[in-house]
Amino acid sequence: MGKTISEKIFSLASGRDAYAGDIVIANIDSAMLHDGTALLAIEAFREMGGRGLWDPSRVVLVIDHVAPSANENFSKVHNAMRGFANKYDANLYDAGSGICHQIMVESGHAYPGALIVGADSHTCTYGALGAFATGIGSTEMAAVLMSGKLWFKVPESIKIEIDGLLQPMVTPKDVILKIVGMIGADGATYEAIEFCGSTVKAMSVSGRLTLCNMAVEMGAKTGIIEPDEKTINYLHGLEIKDLKMLRSDGDAEYSRKINLNASEIEPQISCPHAVDNVKSVKEVEGLEINQVFIGSCTNGRLEDLRVAAEIFRGKTIRKDVRVIVAPASRSVYLQALKEGLIEIFIRAGCIVCNPGCGPCAGAHQGILAPGETCLSTSNRNFKGRMGSSEAEIYLASPATAAASALEGKITDPRRLIS
Amino acid sequence: MIIKGRVWKFSDDVNTDLIIAGKYKLSITDIDELSKHAMEALIPNFAEKVKSGDLIIAGKNFGCGSSREQAPLVLKHIGIGAIVAKSFARIFYRNAINIGLPAIECKETDRIADGDILEIDLQEGRIKNIAKNEIYEIKPIPPALLEILFNGGLVGYVKKYGRLPW
Repeated sequence: MGKTISEKIFSLASGRDAYAGDIVIANIDSAMLHDGTALLAIEAFREMGGRGLWDPSRVVLVIDHVAPSANENFSKVHNAMRGFANKYDANLYDAGSGICHQIMVESGHAYPGALIVGADSHTCTYGALGAFATGIGSTEMAAVLMSGKLWFKVPESIKIEIDGLLQPMVTPKDVILKIVGMIGADGATYEAIEFCGSTVKAMSVSGRLTLCNMAVEMGAKTGIIEPDEKTINYLHGLEIKDLKMLRSDGDAEYSRKINLNASEIEPQISCPHAVDNVKSVKEVEGLEINQVFIGSCTNGRLEDLRVAAEIFRGKTIRKDVRVIVAPASRSVYLQALKEGLIEIFIRAGCIVCNPGCGPCAGAHQGILAPGETCLSTSNRNFKGRMGSSEAEIYLASPATAAASALEGKITDPRRLIS
Repeated sequence: MIIKGRVWKFSDDVNTDLIIAGKYKLSITDIDELSKHAMEALIPNFAEKVKSGDLIIAGKNFGCGSSREQAPLVLKHIGIGAIVAKSFARIFYRNAINIGLPAIECKETDRIADGDILEIDLQEGRIKNIAKNEIYEIKPIPPALLEILFNGGLVGYVKKYGRLPW
């Protein structure tokens, strides 16, 4: 019987012929933890008598959620992480390096065929490189740090085939929002979502990362895309030991197959207070906004900043709107500087933050007041996520976010080209 | 293991930000302080109102969203004895078991109301609604996970056996 790419990765990682539904104990290739989850993991590691890491070169700690620290408690958390990484010789990416998920894919910790766990739900992002990557909690992470192993139920897979050309101003974010709206917040629980089709083939790795990033918003264990020459090019220059270019077999079994015509997708927006409350942007056009956030592990990459900067070029944002831009990593920031994008943002009136999670998780750099509305390119619009539980969060693409920032209200970016 | 307690009823898709918001999780590290904010966006002062052993009963997809282990942790810390839901988000479910908080799947939570008194028998796999004199079936928790749960979580398991379960 044929296997999906996910079943192949679990077979290799567990050393047995694994199929969906099997419980396996698998070897982990990379483990990631950040300042929102690391302290509990460090404490559990100590309590369980951890004396060393199974393989320090495969352990990555990133300071990104409250970076630089916004309060004394997290200054202590950061120091605990620095101390732990130093003591056990793990990889540490300190404040200013960027968002953990972007660092994982830029720095060779995530690669095709790898089995990766992260103490963050958006670890599923790395599936875009043909890895199987999933989020776990802090206590399990402590166990992984000690043993390099974890138990998994090999997931069934949903195959989503996307074909056709995207309309101008329609981006990978619109594609994934459309899919989240179709599948629902728990429509893929415990399953892997395999994205394929000509649209995905044509999509840059950056766009694929956006797709896989939001798989968890449907309850999925991961999103995954077969690696190809674009994946290899993306990883060019990185030292990767055991890259495995796996593909799903033609006769692999899927729990469901869904086809989507990309050319019919319009700009999409996720409305308060649930990610699967998805509408076309034109349905909510005109709604006034107070803040726009362009960034996050969903849409803080160079390609996203280019889209926004192109819209802002030579223009200024509305005075009554705050626009916060946070590049996903230091290298994204540097490249954006080189290309003049940062200057465009500053001239347009945006606030450009250091690389990191920005206001997405409600820690700092743009906390919402009661009654405020934010349009964000991030992945969650839960009540209270970015500050007051009386605030409202809409999720959309960088194009929609930038177009809306110019108007001070939710705006379909296609208006800019008509 | 019999768990008996009073019901707090919640709806579908109770996410991790509703359980404990990022603004608290990313500024407070003391569990006593953090727990004061558990579920506050849904029920103000929930932490003060809960009595030790109380139960959370919910619809589908409980705990969706973040991987934050602080979510089950604050619920356990304020005294919640178990969570019964039609379904759980994957990471929340694993986290709850790993910190020793029973997360129980039961399709019949619509029959349970706020204030009902339940008796949950994890080994027998059933819930008795004392107020309504009804019995509900629960989805059995695999023995390996029950073993972690009965030892108070993964840390307790390792302390007892001197090794990980795998």
